[in-house]
Amino acid sequence: MTSKTSKFTHTLRWKVSWLFFLLALICTPFADLSINTYDPIAELGRMFSGLLHPSLKNIESPLNALLQTISFAFLGVAFGCLIGFILSLIFHWKIIRILCALVRSVHELFWALIFLQIFGLHPLTGILALGLPYAATFAKVYAEIIEEGDRRAYDAIRHHSGFISAFFYSRIPDLWPHLKTYTSYRLECGLRSSAVLGFVGLPTLGYYLNTAFLEGQYSEVWALLILFYILIGGIRYWLKAKLIPLYIIISPFIIANDSVISFDNVFRFFTQDIIPLPIRNEESFSSLFNWLTELFLNEALPGIINTFLLTQIALVLTGIVALLWFPLISILFFNKLGRSLGHIFLVIMRSTPEYILTFILLLIWGPSMLPAALALTLHNGAIIAHLMGRYSNDLKLRRDKTHGLNLYVFEVIPRIYGQFLAFLFYRWEIIMRETAILGILGIATLGFYIDSAIADIRPDKAMILIAITAILNVCVDMLARYIRSKLSLKTTAVCS
Amino acid sequence: MLNLDSASVAYNGKSALTDINLHIIAGQKMALVGHSGSGKSTLLNLLYEQLTLKYIKPALIPQDYGLVLNLSVFHNVYMGKLGEKPFWYNLINLIKPLTEPVVKVTDIINSLQLNDKLFEPVTQLSGGQKQRVAIARSIMHDGDILLADEPVSSLDESQSKLVMKLLNEQFNSIIYSLHDVDLALEFCDRIIGLDHGKIVIDAPASSLNRQKLLKLYDE
Repeated sequence: MTSKTSKFTHTLRWKVSWLFFLLALICTPFADLSINTYDPIAELGRMFSGLLHPSLKNIESPLNALLQTISFAFLGVAFGCLIGFILSLIFHWKIIRILCALVRSVHELFWALIFLQIFGLHPLTGILALGLPYAATFAKVYAEIIEEGDRRAYDAIRHHSGFISAFFYSRIPDLWPHLKTYTSYRLECGLRSSAVLGFVGLPTLGYYLNTAFLEGQYSEVWALLILFYILIGGIRYWLKAKLIPLYIIISPFIIANDSVISFDNVFRFFTQDIIPLPIRNEESFSSLFNWLTELFLNEALPGIINTFLLTQIALVLTGIVALLWFPLISILFFNKLGRSLGHIFLVIMRSTPEYILTFILLLIWGPSMLPAALALTLHNGAIIAHLMGRYSNDLKLRRDKTHGLNLYVFEVIPRIYGQFLAFLFYRWEIIMRETAILGILGIATLGFYIDSAIADIRPDKAMILIAITAILNVCVDMLARYIRSKLSLKTTAVCS
Repeated sequence: MLNLDSASVAYNGKSALTDINLHIIAGQKMALVGHSGSGKSTLLNLLYEQLTLKYIKPALIPQDYGLVLNLSVFHNVYMGKLGEKPFWYNLINLIKPLTEPVVKVTDIINSLQLNDKLFEPVTQLSGGQKQRVAIARSIMHDGDILLADEPVSSLDESQSKLVMKLLNEQFNSIIYSLHDVDLALEFCDRIIGLDHGKIVIDAPASSLNRQKLLKLYDE
């Protein structure tokens, strides 16, 4: 013991932090962080001049866009919630856990790309694209909530009242607040996801944003974004428990359109489209092997490398930004006015989906990893900063504490660093999932190759690339879990 | 040094201290005694507030120690001196302990029988060891006056005496809150007895004895 403590050694957390920092530093020269537009400042100027007079007059039907966004979110989350709850009861089955992990690891936008191939623009595409990954997430988190609850009452009455009655009488009442909090939290995520699904063609906010952006109508862009902030920011005013059934009943009528599901299409998708070309053409095994090798070397590998580079850089930047920003809403560092401004800033940053942030920054700087890295950092940094700020407000410090920077580095950071790392590692997999998705916008991550394959009508290639993305995400998730347990960090689920 | 003139403190409409008249004289070692809930901690808090209003920054040993569990003993003790050094110096010392403060902190913790715990994270220490780290921090802080809220509650008798003796040497003026009347009689020269938020005894220790003080603890 003496030899161990007579010399100063840094904690494992400190060493792991440096390891990740250095890794990101090594990644940086390999990542394409160039600015490709001729005059980024002028574009920025045009963009912000739109903020001065936001206008909806060139948007066909902004109210409809809003209603579509809400309806898809409601139905998707309701579907996910129902299926997720049922799955959570059998989540101890290994096969369910593995299936859920795989479904979860594919981003909603990729699911949308898949279902667009199967169902076209039928409303089912949007509901399933949201509902499927949400169901897998709900199953996991509900199972964790149920696992952690007190089960003594349940054990006491189970034998004479049957499984279902016992469950609803003795478990649900205690667990209800937790289930409710998490579900309403996911609904907010669902609204964001639903808006973003518009970028791949669904009739939600993203569709109109995409059009307005590409036409350079920044007054419309800002008007739509402000509408979106009001929708998210005012969620507690329009989302009342009693109204939810009503919303769910109305929603199908809002998203209904006259597209019909072609069963020929569905059949062809599963029996032909996604079968690798050499198998479909009944070519030799070696040509299948060549096909796969080519796919792997030319598309998957560069995609994986770029996804990894961008993820690691964005992860470390997210951590740094979160540590710099959390004091903005902490009672230890700012007065009430300062904190209110901090709150507004963080709310805007974290309610803007990284997909939209990237889209905006891409217009300013042109296609490279720079806009993506920055968007991921701003969005995820604001989420973690918000959680850390709240956490720091609950700290009990001694009366004769110091203030300012000394307080920050000596009293606050050491106390919250474990929690901070837990949140950051939790978001590692989320950042990677988002990084892959941002490829759809033209950054050479896996999403770029998936989107290209779909555009070339090569669903067979797209499916393999999506599977590779999913496996990559599962691996990072497992690694993050391992590191968290090694550092004995614990956290609860946070919005993705 | 400080005068309290019929001071009162109430929490949520419930009176915690009433009609406190207290004259703090520099150089005295005072003990606040009384059963738990009699208002000792509230009075210490009030004194802390009043002293800081007069720009006196007392050293403080809080009842719950107020340590940063993830930092080493060295860094927790060093924290007593944060205000005296520039920020960059503090930052470097946080990342790589510097010789000068290491020597100083080692001296202090050795005098508190915390030898070879210097770089151990506080989270791995026992309750009594944690309490002595909080005491070491107050010694590092130094200053004209010490406010110590039950500073030896987790220590055994011999350690308690060692610590009280050390604190008496280090600080010119001290206000202890103590539930152990024997320690109060042995180490203090003025004793304040509190009961239901009121001062019922304010006398030199030499004029009091164990029996008189124990009456405070009768319900």
